[in-house]
Amino acid sequence: MQHRTIAPLLSIIPGLGQFYNKQWVKGLVFLILAGSFGVAFGDLLNMGFWGLFTLGTQVPRDNSIFLLAEGIIALIVTAFGLGIYYWNLKDAYKNGKLRDENFPITSLKSEYQNLIGQGYPYLISGPSLFLLIFAVIFPILFSFALAFTNYDLYHSPPANLADWVGLETFAEIFTVDIWRSTFFDVLAWTVIWTLVASSLQVSLGVFLAIVVNQKEVRFKKFFRTILVLPWAVPGFVTILIFAGLFNDSFGAINNDILAFFGMDPIPWMTDEKWARVALILMQGWLGFPYIFIVTTGVLQSIPDDLYEAATIDGASIFAKFKNITLPMILIAMAPIIITQFTFNFNNFNIIYLFNGGGPAVAGSTAGGTDILVSWIYKLTMQSSQYSLAAALTILLSIFVIGIALWQFRRTNSFKEGA
Amino acid sequence: MQTTMKTNRFVRLFFTYALLLFMTVLIIYPLLWTVGASFNPGNSLISTSIIPENPTLDHYKELFAGKESLQYGKWYLNSLKISIFTMLGTMITVSFTAYAFSRFRFKGRKNALMLFLLLQMIPQFAALIALFVLAQILGMMNSHWLLILLYIGGQIPMNTYLMKGYMDSIPMDLDESAKIDGASNSRIFWQIILPLSRPMLAVVAMNGFTGPLGDFVLSSVILRTPDSFTLPIGLYKLVNDVMGASYTTFAAGAILISIPIAITFLLLQKQFVSGLTAGGTKG
Repeated sequence: MQHRTIAPLLSIIPGLGQFYNKQWVKGLVFLILAGSFGVAFGDLLNMGFWGLFTLGTQVPRDNSIFLLAEGIIALIVTAFGLGIYYWNLKDAYKNGKLRDENFPITSLKSEYQNLIGQGYPYLISGPSLFLLIFAVIFPILFSFALAFTNYDLYHSPPANLADWVGLETFAEIFTVDIWRSTFFDVLAWTVIWTLVASSLQVSLGVFLAIVVNQKEVRFKKFFRTILVLPWAVPGFVTILIFAGLFNDSFGAINNDILAFFGMDPIPWMTDEKWARVALILMQGWLGFPYIFIVTTGVLQSIPDDLYEAATIDGASIFAKFKNITLPMILIAMAPIIITQFTFNFNNFNIIYLFNGGGPAVAGSTAGGTDILVSWIYKLTMQSSQYSLAAALTILLSIFVIGIALWQFRRTNSFKEGA
Repeated sequence: MQTTMKTNRFVRLFFTYALLLFMTVLIIYPLLWTVGASFNPGNSLISTSIIPENPTLDHYKELFAGKESLQYGKWYLNSLKISIFTMLGTMITVSFTAYAFSRFRFKGRKNALMLFLLLQMIPQFAALIALFVLAQILGMMNSHWLLILLYIGGQIPMNTYLMKGYMDSIPMDLDESAKIDGASNSRIFWQIILPLSRPMLAVVAMNGFTGPLGDFVLSSVILRTPDSFTLPIGLYKLVNDVMGASYTTFAAGAILISIPIAITFLLLQKQFVSGLTAGGTKG
């Protein structure tokens, strides 16, 4: 048998393969690491996996939610353990191979230096990774796991246990009439909202940037400052201000502006259609300055020669715009424009702060202007339908990731980024 | 020919200025209206006019009168504290991580980048249910530090990508010649890479500051008592608990937060723009 086979086989108990390769210190380190891992996390893993599988068996001793949380922590710890274990096996194999080929085995000192040199990127990105696991990955895994349980108001600790139900919640979204109709209503409005609001803010921003950038326009600095103002004022403040302006009974839009033109007041808050119009207009107001700023930056970086050459060739203003300005803007700004769409898809603040996703729709947990995220928020915070909310979160994530991946592939920035 | 060009130009400029004036009114009107409302006597908005007849400072005084349900000063400080610490934490973690991803080829790098890409697509919203459930059971309520850690964690994926893209555009020759001169990795980072990444660092700082400042979702899950509120929650409650009744007070509160933020933004605008445009082209 070759060393490269024997060493990793022995390393099934961590460290033994290293002993076999006569790397005593390293073997000892692996052995101690494995031992202390077992001692430190043994109980957690044992309890965690039991809890993860059963979600508790006795009331009130077991709390399904705690058990689920512990189970997920156990999973994360196990993943790390397996990583170290894999490293141990690979190390045994590598050194066994060196012995087979009659190369000297790397000395402890050079390994140490190697570790320090290679460890540097791990050292500086370690804290970020830890934070990510704690603040993002763990909660997301937890939320996702809830989607496969029946956890809701009637299956809550300490009085009741929750249980795994597999894909039942997902099936219910599509089979229970009221949920299905609500889901598709909300999804349809979410898509319309995303497309219309984003297109409005992008085209308005690009258009105004081009208008202000004309050579003859004076007071450029003044106009640019004014146009950037909606971006400079914190968004939540503006939304609440607009909520007051649009108010049906005392808002200035109905009382001052429409009345000035002799028009009847419009039910901005209580009529679904008008509320949607108001939201889209507001998002246009709020969102265009960012695009305006970036477009202005792009426009200023287009060399003047291009336009001069085109003028000499007799190109009209429109031709210059179509063949020079627009392509330049689109190429430079494609990623930013895409992020506007994903941003609006998840734009909770404007929907919720304006009128809480209202007006209320009879027989539905979602209001007339609720988008997916604000509906999920209400399901969680107000009606305690945790598993339904979690299942919707998964659907939403799949939707967003699918579109984003498709877009990234199209713009090719994915290849560049990786 | 000459005259048609002239009239064309005139028409174009006429519409340009008309449009710009219209936009100016559209932007200024809501803002001025808020200023007016904040000086209007009484609580009702019906009688509100942009230039109040009897301007009053009552609403500003009320903000700081120390009512149990209206602790504006406290909310203000809470918001600033959370935003500033999130900003600092984000800048530190993101620049280190981006440096590692941009300059080192280590095992797991590709997978980690994929993970970051995936995480920036899954909205942090997905964590909401978990936080709501766990915060209730564990009693993790009202902790600003928990919130700050969550915000930093949420900021890392996207900003690391932006920062890494920017650092990738800094030529490697710079590092290599410094290395030949015997500079350590940390030194290269602090003295070469970081100063050159300043435009993107400004963008990361802005994201780190404005993200928490505008957040309503996570903070409304974790912060429950009025003395722990941040401005978005506090002002939202102020407006919605007794809609209309305290709108003028809200207006005063809105002015006090908007003016310093807006001025900072306008002053620092130039710093962001170069980073934003670079970020746009680099992805």
